[in-house]
Amino acid sequence: MMKRMSLIFKAKANKVLDAAEDPRETLDYSYQKQLELLTKVKRGVADVATSRKRLELQLGKLEQDAGKLQGQAEKALQMDREDLAREALTRKSGLTAQMTDLQTQHAALQAEEEKLVLAQQRLQAKVESFRTRKETIKATYSAAEAQTRIGEAVSGISEEMGDIGMAMQRAEDKTAQMQARAGAIDELIASGALDDATLGGQDDISRELAALSSQSDVESELARLKGLGAPAAPGELGAGQAGGSVLSEQPQNEGELPR
Amino acid sequence: MIVRILGEGQYDVSDDAVDRLNDFDGAVEAALDAGNEPAFRDALDALLDGVRTMGVARAADTLDASDLILPHAEASMDEVREMLADDGLIPG
Repeated sequence: MMKRMSLIFKAKANKVLDAAEDPRETLDYSYQKQLELLTKVKRGVADVATSRKRLELQLGKLEQDAGKLQGQAEKALQMDREDLAREALTRKSGLTAQMTDLQTQHAALQAEEEKLVLAQQRLQAKVESFRTRKETIKATYSAAEAQTRIGEAVSGISEEMGDIGMAMQRAEDKTAQMQARAGAIDELIASGALDDATLGGQDDISRELAALSSQSDVESELARLKGLGAPAAPGELGAGQAGGSVLSEQPQNEGELPR
Repeated sequence: MIVRILGEGQYDVSDDAVDRLNDFDGAVEAALDAGNEPAFRDALDALLDGVRTMGVARAADTLDASDLILPHAEASMDEVREMLADDGLIPG
């Protein structure tokens, strides 16, 4: 297998060499292609980095949401609402699954990015070395004499270019997959499927917790009033009679009924 | 001999080492022919590891063509078959 593969690469390199009439033209043509590829690889590195950062933003958001659900679960338990706490934790575990998935994708993208950066460095070094060699060959040899040396230089670098071309393709494919996933998660977030439970205190768990805490505020206020009840009663009744309010009339009625 | 692992770069490998690598390469080829993905994966890993450990990485600014070329580490059987086909994956 390894011999067959190298033969195929050599055949491709030879096609480049055969294309030009003056082999020295091949040098300039190849150099041009190398510069183009170098630009492409740099852009590829930037693209992968952009996708990686997008995943990081999404992960950060999901982490925040999960933290919020955790807080809601704790609050619900304090209020003896195990059902609400369970609901919040269920949603949190859904987010955790998403996060694990994103973290795997993130690691894959990061690995791809590192590979492309290394590929870029290798290509950069080879392109520079090729440029020097190219000038030397052009200055030193006639077209006929130059042929072998040009062949060596060009086939070496076109092998590298073929390799990098394939690596770029793999990175692009992976990035496209990630972008599709990231897009799907953005859509989920935008449609409210994810953030409904977690954002801005407007979700149902938050509403129930808010209702619970206003309910418990009412209870504790009531308890406080009852505690104050006995000593405050005469004054309150007096004020009530003057104002004619419902509360002040009720004790009067209750007082009259037993008679 | 100069051996390239696609996606990783070139290594200088002694002739003795290449003889040993040929055994691994035979195993990769056999797994490919048999369509046995797990065997292919093991054989390819062994082959690439052999190159990495027995070979010496070449400087990045060298311009020599390789004597042998190997697939990248995550290559699937289909990818390798396509590379081996005449108009396969190799650009240029």
